[in-house]
Amino acid sequence: MRKHLLSIDDLSADDMQTIFETAAEMHDVQRRDVKKLPALRGRTVINLFFEDSTRTRSSFEIAGKWLSADVINLSAKGSSASKGESLRDTVLTVTAMGVDGLVIRHSASGAAQQVSEWVSCPIINAGDGTHEHPTQALLDAYTLQRTLGSLEGRHVAIVGDLTHSRVFRSNVKSLVKLGAQVTAVAPPTLMPSGVATWSKEAGFTTAYDLDEVLAGAHGSVDAVMMLRVQRERMSGAYFPSAREYTVGYGLTRERLGTLREGAPILHPGPMNRGLEIAADAADAAQSVILDQVSAGVAVRMSVLYHLLAGPTEGVTP
Amino acid sequence: MTSLLIKGARILGGAAADVYVDGGTITEIGSVDTKADRTVDAEGLVLLPGLVDLHTHLREPGREDAETVLTGSRAAALGGYTAVLAMANTSPVTDTAEAAERVHDLGRAAGLVDVQPVGAVTKGLAGEELAELGLMARSRAKVRVFSDDGRCVADARVMRRALEYVKAFGGVISQHSQDPALAGPTACCHEGELSGRLGLPGWPGVAEEVIVARDVMLARHTGSRVHVAHVSTAGSVEVIRWAKAQGIAVTAEVTPHHLLLTTDLLAGYDPTFKVNPPLRPDEDVEALREALADGTIDAVATDHAPHARHDKEHAFVDAAFGMLGLETALGVVSTVMVGSGRMDWAGVARAMSTAPARIAGLDGAAPDGAGGHGRQIAVGAPANLTLVDPSATWVVDRAESASLSRNNPWHDRKLTGRVHATFLRGVPTVLEGALVR
Amino acid sequence: MPTQIPVEDGRVVLDAEDVSRALTRISHEILERNKGADDLVLLGLHTRGVPLAQRLAAKIEAVEGATVAVGSLDVTMYRDDLKSQPTRTPHRTSVPGGIDGKAVVLVDDVLYSGRTIRAALDALSDLGRPSVVRLAVLVDRGHRELPIRADHVGKNLPTARTEKVRVRLEETDGGADEVRITGGAQ
Repeated sequence: MRKHLLSIDDLSADDMQTIFETAAEMHDVQRRDVKKLPALRGRTVINLFFEDSTRTRSSFEIAGKWLSADVINLSAKGSSASKGESLRDTVLTVTAMGVDGLVIRHSASGAAQQVSEWVSCPIINAGDGTHEHPTQALLDAYTLQRTLGSLEGRHVAIVGDLTHSRVFRSNVKSLVKLGAQVTAVAPPTLMPSGVATWSKEAGFTTAYDLDEVLAGAHGSVDAVMMLRVQRERMSGAYFPSAREYTVGYGLTRERLGTLREGAPILHPGPMNRGLEIAADAADAAQSVILDQVSAGVAVRMSVLYHLLAGPTEGVTP
Repeated sequence: MTSLLIKGARILGGAAADVYVDGGTITEIGSVDTKADRTVDAEGLVLLPGLVDLHTHLREPGREDAETVLTGSRAAALGGYTAVLAMANTSPVTDTAEAAERVHDLGRAAGLVDVQPVGAVTKGLAGEELAELGLMARSRAKVRVFSDDGRCVADARVMRRALEYVKAFGGVISQHSQDPALAGPTACCHEGELSGRLGLPGWPGVAEEVIVARDVMLARHTGSRVHVAHVSTAGSVEVIRWAKAQGIAVTAEVTPHHLLLTTDLLAGYDPTFKVNPPLRPDEDVEALREALADGTIDAVATDHAPHARHDKEHAFVDAAFGMLGLETALGVVSTVMVGSGRMDWAGVARAMSTAPARIAGLDGAAPDGAGGHGRQIAVGAPANLTLVDPSATWVVDRAESASLSRNNPWHDRKLTGRVHATFLRGVPTVLEGALVR
Repeated sequence: MPTQIPVEDGRVVLDAEDVSRALTRISHEILERNKGADDLVLLGLHTRGVPLAQRLAAKIEAVEGATVAVGSLDVTMYRDDLKSQPTRTPHRTSVPGGIDGKAVVLVDDVLYSGRTIRAALDALSDLGRPSVVRLAVLVDRGHRELPIRADHVGKNLPTARTEKVRVRLEETDGGADEVRITGGAQ
C-alpha cells in the first residue's frame, strides 16, 4: 500500500480487498463492549478540516480513537486560512507539533495532494473539493460487497450532480477497479466536462435518462447510488427547479418500485429527502444508507491502521 | 557618449557583418575596422533589434515583495528586452496620469529598459467608468496602450466607448478576453476532460472566443484599434484571421507558455502552472504556433507575472494566477519556432520587436530621447539591440533569476537559444549573459 | 556465506502420531484442571492455534459428550512490534458465547518469547473478564522474554535461539502433521 491515501488511484484492487478484510474485523470491534484496539497507541492523528463536515470528521475521530490514537480535531475554516496564511504554512505549523498522520478535508480540489508534497507524514484525503473522497468510495464498495458479494460484473447506477461530486469521482474509480459496471446518470449540465472521453478511457458509461437505465437499457441494475444535489445549483442555471430535478433524476417512490428486489440503495449523505431521494426510498428495507455510516468507521479504522500502524517517518519538530 | 563595435554578428540570422555604434546610434554596418571604446565579439551570434514586451507585470507600486520596476527591468534586460509595457493592475492601479508617470519615472531611473506604462481602461479596473485615458496619453509617460488586464472589459458599452475615445490620440485597447459569465469566480484552469477528472472549476475556450469576436466587431464599428492580449485558443485565432482578412484593425499577441505548455501539466495540482488564460490542450497550442508563424498573431508577449512564494502556496483554486517569462521568452520562441523551422530569426525580430514596438507606438523617438524600438538594423537607427546565441542549450534554473519571484514554469526545462547581450541605445545592459550593472 | 537451509531440512521432533498423542493428553489435563467441561472456552491463536483448539475441543467432546465453546483470537493489533514491520491484515476474532466468567484456555502451537501470549492477554481483557485464563501449547521451546508459562505443554523442546521450530498442520499447511527443528549449527 502507498504511503498516502489521496485518491483511489493510490490503491490496487488487492489493496482495497485488504482494507475490506481488515474493516470486517473492525466492524466486529464496533459491536464489542470495549471498543478499543491498541494498534495506534502513542500515535497522534490530526483531523485538519478546512471545510465543515460533522459526519466525516466524527467518523475519522471515532475510528482513530477506537484504535487508541490521540486524535485532535482542527478546524482551519475561518482561522488562519481567512487571515491569508498560505496552505503550506498552515500545514507546516500543524505538523511541526509532531504528528503521525494528517486527515485533510478541504474545499479545494487537489489540496490533499499538494499537502502530501510538503510534509513527511501519511496524508489521508477526507474529501478535496470536487475531486475525490476515497474513504467514502471504500466504505461504499465495502457496503456493496457485504450486500451483493463480489462486485465483479455487477451493475451500479450513480445518479445525480456528477460534476460537483467527489464521491462520484472516487466511486467510479473504485467500482471499475473492483470489476463492476458503472452507469453515471445526470442531466448534461451536471456531467463533468469532457466525460465522453474520460468515460471511454476509464470504462464506465453515461446516460441522461434515469428511467431507461433503471429499465435495463444498459443491463439490469444491481445497485443505485444517489448523490446529493445542492439547491444552490439552480441559481447557476444547472437545472430549472427542484420539482423538475426530482421528476427527471430523483429516486421516487415510482422508481423504487422498478428496482430489482433487494437491490441496495446508497446515498453518501446528507440527504435532501424529497429532492434526489424520496423518503420511501431512503427508508426502504433495501436502503443501506445507515450501513454505509456504520461501515464508514470500520473502513476508516482499517485505513488508519494500514497507513499508520506500521513503520512511518513521523514529522519531528 | 562612447562607441561600440559588434564584430561578426549575423544580422537577423543572415550574413555576418560588423555594426558600429556611436552615441547610441548605428553609424556603420559592414566590415568595420574603426577602433571603438568597446568591442564585442559576436562570431556565430544573431543580432536582433532589441526585444519589446507588450505585456509585463512589474508589481510596483503595491507588491514590491514580488517584483519592482528595477528587478523586473533586470529580468527584462537579461531576456534581451530593451522596452517593456508595464501592466496597470498594480496597487494603486495605473489609472491616472500621476500613476503612469510614476511607473515611467521608476523605469527611467532603473535605466535598463524603457518601461512604458499601460493605462487602465476603467477606473480601478472595475469595468464601469473610463479611466482618465486622455490625461494619461498627454502625460510625460505618453500612454498609448490601455488595458484592464487581469480583468476583461466585459461591458460592451464601455468597450465600445473606450475604443472610440482612444482614437483621438492613436491609442489601442489591449483586451483580456474572458467573458466573466462563462468563467466563474472560482474558475482556475482550462475546462476540458482533465478539469472534469481533477474536479477543478475551469473555463472553456469559448469564454475567450466570444469576447474576441465581439471586440473585432466593435473595432470594425468604431474604426478603432483593438489588441487581443494573450490569445490562447484555436477559436480565437480563427476569429482574428477572419477579422484581419476583413481589414479590421486587430492585432494579437501570444505568450511563450501558450506556445509550449499544455493543460496536462495541471495533473499534479502544481499552482506554478496556474495562469490566466489557462494552459490549453495540444490542439490550441498547435493553432497558436501556426498563427504566429503566418502572422495572424503579430507578437509574442511574456505576460511575466511574478508572485511571492506564499501567494502560490495555496490550494490550486486559491493560488495566484501567473508565471515568470521575461528571462525565458527568447529561449522558448527559439526552441519552439526557430528550432522547428517554423520561423527564421527575421520572423523572431518581427514578433518580438518590430510588431510589438509598432503596436505600442514605441518605434518613434520619445521626447526624453528614449524610444526608437523595433527599428530596422540600419545606419541611423537607435542601437537598441539584442545578441542571441542561437545554439546555446541551457537548462532553466529558477534559483538563477533576476526576478524577485520564483514562480517559474520553465524550471528544469532545456531550451536552445539564449540571450548573450543587450544594448539600450548603444549601452550594454547585459554582456556574456550577465547584467552589466 | 551460509547456504540457505531448505524447509525440509532439520529433524522431525514430533510426527503426526506424536502430535495426536500430545493433544489427547492435553485435552485430558484441561478437563482434569477444569474439573469437567463446564464454562470452558478454547481460544486458538492465529494461525495454527485455531485448528489445535478445534482438535482439542473435539477430543474433549469425545470424552465428555458435551460441546465445548471454541473460538479464535487474533492479536495482530496488540503486538508490541507493530511499528517495526509492515502492517498485516488481522484475522478473525470470534468468541461464541463470550468469555465473561468463563475458563478460557488459550491455545497456540509454539511458546517462545511469550510476547504473543502477552498480546493475547491484552486482547482478552478488551473482550471481557474470564474467571481464569490458562495456556496450552503444542511445543514449548524456551527462551522466554516475559514472565509467562504454559499450563499444558505437548512437548518441551530445548532449542538454541538460532534454531527454528516449524509446525505443520494438516488444516493450515496440508500434508501430515509434524514439528521439525531446522537451522542452528552453522
